[in-house]
Amino acid sequence: MKDVREALMVGRNSEGRLVRRPISPFMLPFDYRLQMSSLTSIMHRITGVALGAGTLLFTAWLVCAASGESAFSVIQAILGSWFGLLILFGFTLALFYHFCNGIRHLAWDAGKGYELPTMHRSGMLVFAVTIILTLAFWAIAFLVG
Amino acid sequence: MSKHNPAPSINIRRSSLGRARGLGAAKTGSAHWWAERLTSVALLPLVLYFVVSVLVLKGADHAAMVAYMAEPWNTVLYIALIAALFYHLDMGMQVVIEDYVRTDVIRITVLLVVKAGIALLALACLISVLKLAFS
Repeated sequence: MKDVREALMVGRNSEGRLVRRPISPFMLPFDYRLQMSSLTSIMHRITGVALGAGTLLFTAWLVCAASGESAFSVIQAILGSWFGLLILFGFTLALFYHFCNGIRHLAWDAGKGYELPTMHRSGMLVFAVTIILTLAFWAIAFLVG
Repeated sequence: MSKHNPAPSINIRRSSLGRARGLGAAKTGSAHWWAERLTSVALLPLVLYFVVSVLVLKGADHAAMVAYMAEPWNTVLYIALIAALFYHLDMGMQVVIEDYVRTDVIRITVLLVVKAGIALLALACLISVLKLAFS
């Protein structure tokens, strides 16, 4: 036993055999169905990490701008290509989701919205507002200017 | 009577080994939690500003970009955004890594590499904005 935390991780199964206790999310491949709570939670993490990867692009944009005219025209061309726009679309989707669900988390931190029906409604609201904000952003991007 | 009412004693349920190793609450957990919330609140208006600035700078040439970043308020808001964003990202990535990477050596290595990377990205963004602002 290398770690005191390990002591709690060993137990006996129904046959009396010593087994290593499963750690969460051990039910995932078997009989676990994503619910509103777990779905929005894991999506908050996934979009957070994705936005972290997106900061590479954000940094590249600023560094190219600071490097000079030719570098900036290259990054603007990359971002304006179909591949760049696809990445940026994913970026805005992740950003608006993390933004909206982050507000939901702040409400929970303030002790509000824990009732199950409320939690379901706020989750649906997050999905709806994320889609609306993303579509609004791209509508403005393409129609204005 | 005293047989049924023994002298009071403190019963520590934690193992001696656990106490000696000092594993458990990290003592500064609430500061990390609070800073995560604080930066998230700061990022609400800053991200909205950023989204608008991206729309403004869509397809901009270099001169327009320089002119935009040289506006004092844009410089200030971009620096505030970069500070809050990368601090928030650092704390968020730390929590995710600590949750999913179990082996000590790998966890600490990944944490250090990711934190160093985030610090470098933050500095690169900061210096770039300052260079644009003062060019």
